[in-house]
This record gives sequence, C-alpha cells and structure tokens, in this order.
Amino acid sequence: MLNKLYDWIDERLDITPIWRDIADHEVPEHVNPAHHFSAFVYCFGGLTFFVTVIQILSGMFLTMYYTPDVVNAWKSVYYLQNEVGAGEIIRGMHHWGASLVIVMMFLHTLRVFFTGSYKKPRELNWIVGVLIFAVILGLGFTGYLLPWDMKALFATKVGIEIAASVPIIGEAIKILLAGDTTILGAQTLTRFFAIHVFFLPAALLGLLAAHFIMIRRQGISGPL
Amino acid sequence: MHKGKGMKFVGDSRVQDKKGQKVYPPDYSAYPGKNEPFWPDFLLREWMVGAVFLIGFLVLTVAHPSPLEGQADPTNTGYIPLPDWYFLFLYQLLKYEFASGPYNIIGAMVVPGIAFGALLLAPFLDRGPERRAYKRPLPVLFMLLALSAMVYLTWESVANHDWAAAERQGKITSDTAFDKSDPGYEVYAKQSCIGCHGDQLQGGAGVAFDGLKLTPEQVAKVAKEGYKTMQPGAFKGSDEELKKLANFIAEYSNK
Repeated sequence: MLNKLYDWIDERLDITPIWRDIADHEVPEHVNPAHHFSAFVYCFGGLTFFVTVIQILSGMFLTMYYTPDVVNAWKSVYYLQNEVGAGEIIRGMHHWGASLVIVMMFLHTLRVFFTGSYKKPRELNWIVGVLIFAVILGLGFTGYLLPWDMKALFATKVGIEIAASVPIIGEAIKILLAGDTTILGAQTLTRFFAIHVFFLPAALLGLLAAHFIMIRRQGISGPL
Repeated sequence: MHKGKGMKFVGDSRVQDKKGQKVYPPDYSAYPGKNEPFWPDFLLREWMVGAVFLIGFLVLTVAHPSPLEGQADPTNTGYIPLPDWYFLFLYQLLKYEFASGPYNIIGAMVVPGIAFGALLLAPFLDRGPERRAYKRPLPVLFMLLALSAMVYLTWESVANHDWAAAERQGKITSDTAFDKSDPGYEVYAKQSCIGCHGDQLQGGAGVAFDGLKLTPEQVAKVAKEGYKTMQPGAFKGSDEELKKLANFIAEYSNK
C-alpha cells in the first residue's frame, strides 16, 4: 500500500533523490556511536537541531499568550507561568532550551574545529555554521528582553549601551534596536519581539537549509 | 533520461553514477568499517536517544521553573544588571581597566571582533591539509587559549556578582497599589491600625493584608474583637468609620 503510494508520487515528482537525501543514505562507522562510543561527539549537531525544533514549537505556543507591549508583556508571562495549564512547562522548555541550544551548538563547533572538518572542501559550510552561531546568540539576546522583568530590562540596557559604544555605526545600531536615541521602552520591546520572532528565525531557517544541503552534497568528513 | 527508483548515485551524493567518471566526494564504502543505512536502523536508535534526552529535558523544566523577576521598572536606578550566562564573559571583559573607559573600544569591539573574525575565517587561516589536532598546533593552541579565557572570565563574573542582592532586587513585589485618599485609609491612619499594620498595609507587628481575601464583615469583627495577638477593642471609632475601614481593607486584601 505504502509502496504503491510511493510509486504513484514518484512517477509524477521523481522524489527518489529527495528521499535519498533525507533518509536513504549510509552512516559511516566512524560517526556511529553504536560502533565507537567516542563518536557521540558527532551527535551534537543533530542535538542542536533537535533543540532548535523544540524552541520553534514551544515559541509558537508562547505567542498564543504573550503580548508584546510594556503594559501587558510581564503580566501575560506571569499569567502564562502561574495560571495557564502546562504554561510553566512550555515556558520552561523555551527558557532552558535557549541555554541548551547554545551549549549544544558550542560543543558542535568545537567538534568540527578539533576534527579539522572545516577544511577543504567544507569551508563554506563552516562559514554558514558560524553565521548560525551568531544568529542563535542574537535570538538569545532579543529573547531575554521579552518577559519584561527587571533582569531583562537592565541586561538589555547594558547590551544596547555596549552596541552604542561601537564607533561610527554604534548610534545607528542603538536606534535600530531600541527605536529611540534615549528611551528603552515600548518601541524597544516591539522591535525585539519582531526581531526575535520574525527576522532572526527567517535568517536561521535559511542558513540551516544551506547548512544541511551542503552536508548532503559533501557528506560527513572522513575518519581522522 | 532515467528517473525514479533504481537510479544509481555516487556515494551518498546526488551526483548520478556514470561509470569511469571521477567524482567528489568519495563514496563512504571507500572508508574502512561498517556502514549502516540511516533508514531505518540508525534513525530508530537516534529516535530512542532523542526520546530519553527529551524526558531528561522535561524533568529539568518541571524541577526548575523558569525564573521571572518583578515587572520592569525603568525608574529603578539601583538595579545591578547582569546578562544571561552565555554573555557573561563579554560583560566581564568590559570591567577591566584596559578594556573599559577610554579603552572601551578594545573590550566592545577589537577583542570580540578579532575572536569572531578568526572563527569565521578559520578555514582560510588554517589552510594546511592536516586535520588531526596535534598536527596543527597553532590553530588548536589559539582555540584552547580562547576557551580558557572564556571559562576564566565567566568564572570571575560569577564569583564577583552579589547573588543574594540580585535575588532581593529581582523579587516580584506586590503590585496591589491602593489609594491613600480613600476614606477607609483615613480611618486606618486615624485609628491605631497603622502602628502595627504599617502605612503601606505591609504589616509589622500585625499581619500584611495582601492576598488575605477577607470579607468586610471579617475585618469589622476582628477590628472590634481582636484576633490571636491582636487585643479586642483596637477600633474606637463610629460604625460609619468601621464600615469604611472594613470595605477598604477587604477590597485591598482581595486585589
């Protein structure tokens, strides 16, 4: 039955190459923890993606309650945390997931670095990976403000001041992020929300697609 | 052109297998050892590991609810700020003399810029064919130096932060503001209530009313007859005043 369905679609869309890329390829021994336990270091990339998926899903559920304005932002988070069923778990997943994704990504970066996997022909994929790293840090920075509690406000204040101290473009970055030359308030919150929920995730998905397509093209780097 | 099932590819690439043509990258079968198909064996194992990971993760979220401090108050000038933990090393760097004040540009731009630039361009800085770490000592040394600097700076930042003060300053304080011009508050201040229950209704020798969810009748009764350590006859005003007081306190305690 499934085979027939597959054939029906394949006849029209020629999906076999796509299917091969997603699922029907071989996993070499040197990256398979079933053969060498130390190969678990090759799992960090996949775990980073797994936690990223958790972040996207839990984030989608958070926006069902979150209100990005200075009057209601904190109240909506407080309500979600204390009144909504499983709200504490959804917010907890997003909160702890944010730290976890950074830890996993860091370990993944170190694995690629110390196995020398960024060398020819994989230079471009390394660059895309470092850009993903930057985007994830940006997501962490913008997401930290959104609960609009004390630590969020003052950490963001410091962060924006550091950005503003960069010569020439500093002031422009500050206005872009904060929405004002002096005030850190309603504008800042909506801008951080937009950056956190639309701009950076869009960039992230594009970069991840490039990352994965290049992995499939080039295969995993060989054994040392 | 041949399409669909039965199509031959080179290695796991999307390059079609045309005999005699040299292709890149090499087929995994050229590597020594036991290859395993991703689908379904390897995926099943990955799935199980993922499930265990997810359970551990959910246990963490339940055991440690994510923190939420009091609502942001831009007028608070005494708050000691702290970024999230993964930015602590950058934050700590800016506290050193050589990277702050007139040299702020070093801490805010030069050092992070060089570090990030070097990471981004690593494949072009480390161009040799060797992949083993011990065969390329310089890149590995620089990475280890950067890592130890990050660990040290994070450690310093954590050790120098007053965590007890941070917990105090972030506490969610009651947002149940009340109107001091309320006639009930006038009675409250005029009678002896304010001495024990505080001018902000915050409590003291007497209880704080915040969240007690009292009815006006309960308040009136306690005001006249006392409760536990509160002596009877604390209230000495008229019935009219008692009613105002009771309504005011009851409304506040239900906010």
